[in-house]
Amino acid sequence: MDNGHTVALILTMAAVTAALRFLPFFLLGGRRRTPAFVSYLGRVLPYAIMGMLVVYCLKDAAAAAPTVWLPALAGVAVTVGLHLWKGSTLASILGGTVCYMVLVQLVF
Amino acid sequence: MTKDLVKAAFYRSLPVLGGYLVLGVGFGILLGSVGYGPLWALAMSLAVYAGSMQYVGVSLIAGGASVLTVALTTLMVNARHLFYSISMYDLYKNAGKCRNVLIFTLTDETYSLLCGGSVPENTDPDRYRLAVSLLNYGYWAAGSLLGGLLGQVLPFDTTGIEFSMTALFVTVFVDQWRGTREHRPALLGVGLTLACLLLFGRELFLIPSMALITLALALLRPALEGKEGTARG
Repeated sequence: MDNGHTVALILTMAAVTAALRFLPFFLLGGRRRTPAFVSYLGRVLPYAIMGMLVVYCLKDAAAAAPTVWLPALAGVAVTVGLHLWKGSTLASILGGTVCYMVLVQLVF
Repeated sequence: MTKDLVKAAFYRSLPVLGGYLVLGVGFGILLGSVGYGPLWALAMSLAVYAGSMQYVGVSLIAGGASVLTVALTTLMVNARHLFYSISMYDLYKNAGKCRNVLIFTLTDETYSLLCGGSVPENTDPDRYRLAVSLLNYGYWAAGSLLGGLLGQVLPFDTTGIEFSMTALFVTVFVDQWRGTREHRPALLGVGLTLACLLLFGRELFLIPSMALITLALALLRPALEGKEGTARG
């Protein structure tokens, strides 16, 4: 394999990713006050984004086969259940993940 | 940085620690399997620092993709990072010297830990966020290096461990849900993304989802602005 080309590909990924992260700051950087719409988005976006991220993570589980979506559904249910019950982020993540891993490794 | 601050940041970063180490190891192994050793994995993780894109990147590298293909794929896969930066704009814009590091290290997971905006009492918010961000960056880099060194030998079957990141987002979602009585932004996020997933398919749904969410939030602004409960959760 051509190492030079690989370096170019890695730098491309790095540059595009960094550009996406910096773009809003670059575009708004010259202003003293944040535009009201951006401040508004800053307040409401976290709720919407977290919903989007959950769906994004589960996109592959939306397949038709129950062997794919059942473990994911169970994992989410255990995570939510534990979180409502105990309210400990670590315990909820651990419980949900162990449940998911047991199901995909041993059951399905 | 004080010891208390680092301790608080470490505690905050714990939900990410396991997931990043294991997914980082997985990435290091994957990159090794196409002929690039541990230092490549470390360098790529430090330079790109975007988990899912790096996994996609391995197959692009192995397949000898063109620079243009890689640029466009990165744009599609990582466009959501625009959202994170817009969302954190007010918190990060005056962060002084840490600002650029905070922006560069804003991953899905770091965002989910910091988007609430609250920091422990008596800590400098910028330094606290910097510490959480750098700890996560370190976990990811360490995992990648370790994966490259381990090669194909893993002490236990880690199939399914990636679910820990999904679980993290679920817990943040639940926390946010319980922290406010205004559920429309959260419901829009889930509903519109699901609709786009069904409509556009797995490869293309993210960018239309972002556009629709922004549009819907813009239209709802008169109803949501100034209402109780829309503050950072």
